Amino acid sequence: MMIEVRDTGFDPWSEVAAYQQAVLGVGQFGATAVFIGTMRDFNDDDRVAAMYLEHYPGMTERALERIADEHVHAHDLLDVCVVHRVGDITPGEPIVVVAAWAAHRREAFAACRGIMEDLKSKAPFWKREERASGSRWVEHNTPG
Amino acid sequence: MAVTVKLFAHLRERHGFGETRLEAWSGGSVGDVWRQVSGEDELPAHVLAAVNLDYARADTAVADGDEVAFFPPVTGGRGRPR
Repeated sequence: MMIEVRDTGFDPWSEVAAYQQAVLGVGQFGATAVFIGTMRDFNDDDRVAAMYLEHYPGMTERALERIADEHVHAHDLLDVCVVHRVGDITPGEPIVVVAAWAAHRREAFAACRGIMEDLKSKAPFWKREERASGSRWVEHNTPG
Repeated sequence: MAVTVKLFAHLRERHGFGETRLEAWSGGSVGDVWRQVSGEDELPAHVLAAVNLDYARADTAVADGDEVAFFPPVTGGRGRPR
Protein backbone atom coordinates (compact mmCIF):
# COMPACT_ATOMS: atom_id res chain seq x y z
CA MET A 1 0.00 0.00 0.00
CA MET A 2 1.29 3.46 -0.84
CA ILE A 3 -0.21 6.58 0.74
CA GLU A 4 1.50 9.92 0.14
CA VAL A 5 0.72 13.59 0.61
CA ARG A 6 2.94 15.83 -1.51
CA ASP A 7 3.49 19.55 -1.82
CA THR A 8 4.96 19.29 -5.32
CA GLY A 9 3.40 18.36 -8.64
CA PHE A 10 3.36 14.78 -9.83
CA ASP A 11 2.41 12.74 -12.88
CA PRO A 12 -0.33 10.31 -11.77
CA TRP A 13 0.13 7.98 -14.74
CA SER A 14 3.80 7.37 -14.09
CA GLU A 15 3.16 7.05 -10.33
CA VAL A 16 0.67 4.24 -10.93
CA ALA A 17 2.84 2.56 -13.56
CA ALA A 18 5.95 2.70 -11.37
CA TYR A 19 4.13 1.37 -8.31
CA GLN A 20 2.51 -1.45 -10.25
CA GLN A 21 5.83 -2.50 -11.74
CA ALA A 22 7.63 -2.36 -8.40
CA VAL A 23 5.04 -4.05 -6.17
CA LEU A 24 2.36 -5.99 -8.04
CA GLY A 25 3.16 -9.50 -9.11
CA VAL A 26 2.75 -10.40 -12.78
CA GLY A 27 -0.40 -12.46 -13.30
CA GLN A 28 -1.84 -11.70 -9.83
CA PHE A 29 -4.26 -8.96 -10.75
CA GLY A 30 -6.94 -8.91 -13.37
CA ALA A 31 -8.32 -5.42 -12.79
CA THR A 32 -6.88 -1.99 -12.09
CA ALA A 33 -9.24 0.95 -11.49
CA VAL A 34 -7.71 4.41 -11.46
CA PHE A 35 -9.27 7.74 -10.50
CA ILE A 36 -7.46 11.02 -11.11
CA GLY A 37 -8.77 14.31 -9.75
CA THR A 38 -7.56 17.37 -11.64
CA MET A 39 -8.04 21.02 -10.75
CA ARG A 40 -10.79 22.78 -12.72
CA ASP A 41 -10.79 26.47 -13.58
CA PHE A 42 -14.42 26.94 -12.56
CA ASN A 43 -16.67 26.33 -9.55
CA ASP A 44 -20.24 27.51 -8.88
CA ASP A 45 -20.15 29.18 -12.33
CA ASP A 46 -17.21 31.33 -11.29
CA ARG A 47 -13.68 31.31 -12.69
CA VAL A 48 -11.03 29.93 -10.35
CA ALA A 49 -7.46 31.03 -11.03
CA ALA A 50 -5.70 28.93 -8.39
CA MET A 51 -6.27 27.14 -5.14
CA TYR A 52 -4.48 26.37 -1.93
CA LEU A 53 -5.02 22.99 -0.35
CA GLU A 54 -4.23 22.78 3.36
CA HIS A 55 -3.89 19.55 5.33
CA TYR A 56 -3.13 18.44 8.88
CA PRO A 57 0.27 16.71 8.72
CA GLY A 58 0.03 13.42 10.56
CA MET A 59 -3.74 13.27 10.82
CA THR A 60 -4.35 13.47 7.06
CA GLU A 61 -1.95 10.60 6.34
CA ARG A 62 -3.45 8.55 9.14
CA ALA A 63 -6.99 9.14 7.83
CA LEU A 64 -5.96 8.17 4.29
CA GLU A 65 -4.27 5.00 5.54
CA ARG A 66 -7.37 4.01 7.48
CA ILE A 67 -9.66 4.62 4.51
CA ALA A 68 -7.41 2.63 2.17
CA ASP A 69 -7.08 -0.17 4.70
CA GLU A 70 -10.86 -0.43 5.12
CA HIS A 71 -11.41 -0.76 1.39
CA VAL A 72 -8.57 -3.23 0.92
CA HIS A 73 -10.35 -5.51 3.36
CA ALA A 74 -13.92 -4.75 2.29
CA HIS A 75 -13.23 -5.35 -1.39
CA ASP A 76 -10.51 -7.96 -1.17
CA LEU A 77 -8.02 -5.70 -2.95
CA LEU A 78 -4.52 -6.83 -3.81
CA ASP A 79 -3.11 -3.34 -3.37
CA VAL A 80 -3.89 0.36 -3.42
CA CYS A 81 -1.97 3.53 -4.19
CA VAL A 82 -3.08 7.03 -3.16
CA VAL A 83 -1.10 10.20 -3.85
CA HIS A 84 -2.64 13.54 -2.81
CA ARG A 85 -1.33 17.00 -3.56
CA VAL A 86 -1.35 19.92 -1.10
CA GLY A 87 -0.21 23.54 -1.28
CA ASP A 88 -0.63 25.94 -4.20
CA ILE A 89 -2.29 24.31 -7.20
CA THR A 90 -3.24 25.74 -10.61
CA PRO A 91 -5.88 24.54 -13.11
CA GLY A 92 -4.89 21.43 -15.02
CA GLU A 93 -2.65 20.08 -12.27
CA PRO A 94 -3.48 16.66 -10.80
CA ILE A 95 -4.74 16.80 -7.20
CA VAL A 96 -5.24 13.14 -6.39
CA VAL A 97 -4.73 9.71 -7.85
CA VAL A 98 -6.33 6.55 -6.45
CA ALA A 99 -5.43 3.20 -7.99
CA ALA A 100 -6.96 -0.08 -6.85
CA TRP A 101 -5.75 -3.51 -7.94
CA ALA A 102 -7.96 -6.57 -7.59
CA ALA A 103 -8.54 -9.93 -9.18
CA HIS A 104 -11.77 -8.73 -10.80
CA ARG A 105 -13.26 -5.44 -12.02
CA ARG A 106 -16.19 -5.30 -9.60
CA GLU A 107 -13.90 -5.04 -6.58
CA ALA A 108 -11.47 -2.65 -8.28
CA PHE A 109 -14.22 -0.23 -9.39
CA ALA A 110 -16.04 -0.36 -6.04
CA ALA A 111 -12.89 0.24 -4.01
CA CYS A 112 -11.63 3.08 -6.20
CA ARG A 113 -14.98 4.85 -5.93
CA GLY A 114 -15.33 4.10 -2.22
CA ILE A 115 -11.87 5.35 -1.36
CA MET A 116 -12.49 8.61 -3.24
CA GLU A 117 -15.85 9.22 -1.55
CA ASP A 118 -14.43 8.54 1.91
CA LEU A 119 -11.40 10.68 1.16
CA LYS A 120 -13.65 13.61 0.26
CA SER A 121 -15.77 13.31 3.40
CA LYS A 122 -13.31 12.10 6.06
CA ALA A 123 -9.74 13.11 5.23
CA PRO A 124 -8.74 16.52 6.59
CA PHE A 125 -8.11 18.76 3.57
CA TRP A 126 -9.30 22.35 3.24
CA LYS A 127 -9.53 24.25 0.00
CA ARG A 128 -9.14 27.99 -0.51
CA GLU A 129 -9.99 29.24 -3.99
CA GLU A 130 -8.60 32.30 -5.69
CA ARG A 131 -11.40 33.79 -7.77
CA ALA A 132 -11.94 37.03 -9.63
CA SER A 133 -14.24 38.01 -6.74
CA GLY A 134 -11.54 37.27 -4.15
CA SER A 135 -10.12 34.48 -2.03
CA ARG A 136 -12.44 32.17 -0.12
CA TRP A 137 -12.41 28.91 1.83
CA VAL A 138 -14.70 26.26 0.36
CA GLU A 139 -16.82 24.31 2.81
CA HIS A 140 -18.79 22.02 0.58
CA ASN A 141 -18.11 19.54 -2.13
CA THR A 142 -19.45 18.99 -5.61
CA PRO A 143 -21.71 15.91 -5.58
CA GLY A 144 -19.91 12.77 -6.69
CA MET B 1 3.36 19.62 30.80
CA ALA B 2 1.02 21.39 28.46
CA VAL B 3 -1.55 20.90 25.73
CA THR B 4 -0.69 21.80 22.14
CA VAL B 5 -3.54 23.42 20.20
CA LYS B 6 -3.63 23.68 16.42
CA LEU B 7 -6.06 25.58 14.20
CA PHE B 8 -6.56 25.05 10.48
CA ALA B 9 -7.95 26.84 7.43
CA HIS B 10 -10.21 29.83 8.16
CA LEU B 11 -10.12 29.17 11.92
CA ARG B 12 -6.35 29.75 11.81
CA GLU B 13 -6.87 33.00 9.91
CA ARG B 14 -9.72 34.20 12.12
CA HIS B 15 -7.92 33.57 15.39
CA GLY B 16 -4.53 34.67 14.11
CA PHE B 17 -2.49 31.61 15.06
CA GLY B 18 -1.89 28.10 13.76
CA GLU B 19 -0.41 26.62 16.90
CA THR B 20 -0.22 27.51 20.56
CA ARG B 21 0.35 25.83 23.91
CA LEU B 22 -1.83 25.87 26.99
CA GLU B 23 0.68 25.67 29.83
CA ALA B 24 -0.12 24.06 33.18
CA TRP B 25 -3.10 22.12 31.86
CA SER B 26 -5.06 20.78 34.82
CA GLY B 27 -7.40 18.56 32.85
CA GLY B 28 -10.64 19.11 31.03
CA SER B 29 -12.41 18.45 27.76
CA VAL B 30 -12.06 19.50 24.15
CA GLY B 31 -14.78 22.07 24.87
CA ASP B 32 -12.68 23.51 27.71
CA VAL B 33 -9.70 23.86 25.38
CA TRP B 34 -11.88 25.67 22.83
CA ARG B 35 -13.13 28.07 25.54
CA GLN B 36 -9.57 28.95 26.47
CA VAL B 37 -8.26 29.56 22.97
CA SER B 38 -11.35 31.19 21.43
CA GLY B 39 -13.06 32.94 24.33
CA GLU B 40 -16.33 31.38 23.16
CA ASP B 41 -18.56 29.45 25.57
CA GLU B 42 -19.27 26.45 23.37
CA LEU B 43 -17.65 24.60 20.53
CA PRO B 44 -19.75 25.62 17.50
CA ALA B 45 -21.48 22.80 15.61
CA HIS B 46 -19.54 23.63 12.44
CA VAL B 47 -16.15 23.33 14.13
CA LEU B 48 -14.61 19.86 14.14
CA ALA B 49 -12.02 18.70 16.64
CA ALA B 50 -9.31 16.06 16.93
CA VAL B 51 -7.27 14.79 19.84
CA ASN B 52 -3.92 13.18 19.03
CA LEU B 53 -4.82 12.96 15.31
CA ASP B 54 -8.21 11.26 15.80
CA TYR B 55 -11.61 12.91 15.47
CA ALA B 56 -12.98 13.92 18.87
CA ARG B 57 -16.07 15.52 20.39
CA ALA B 58 -16.57 18.50 22.68
CA ASP B 59 -16.77 16.17 25.70
CA THR B 60 -13.63 14.14 24.80
CA ALA B 61 -11.15 14.32 27.69
CA VAL B 62 -7.84 16.10 27.09
CA ALA B 63 -4.79 15.02 29.08
CA ASP B 64 -1.40 16.60 29.65
CA GLY B 65 0.74 16.31 26.54
CA ASP B 66 -2.18 15.87 24.16
CA GLU B 67 -2.44 17.63 20.83
CA VAL B 68 -5.87 19.17 20.21
CA ALA B 69 -6.87 20.51 16.80
CA PHE B 70 -9.86 22.53 15.61
CA PHE B 71 -10.87 22.86 11.99
CA PRO B 72 -13.78 23.49 9.62
CA PRO B 73 -15.62 20.59 7.97
CA VAL B 74 -13.21 18.99 5.53
CA THR B 75 -13.68 20.24 1.98
CA GLY B 76 -15.86 17.63 0.44
CA GLY B 77 -17.79 16.79 3.56
CA ARG B 78 -21.05 18.15 4.83
CA GLY B 79 -21.23 17.84 8.58
CA ARG B 80 -19.30 15.51 10.78
CA PRO B 81 -17.64 12.30 9.62
CA ARG B 82 -19.17 9.12 10.95
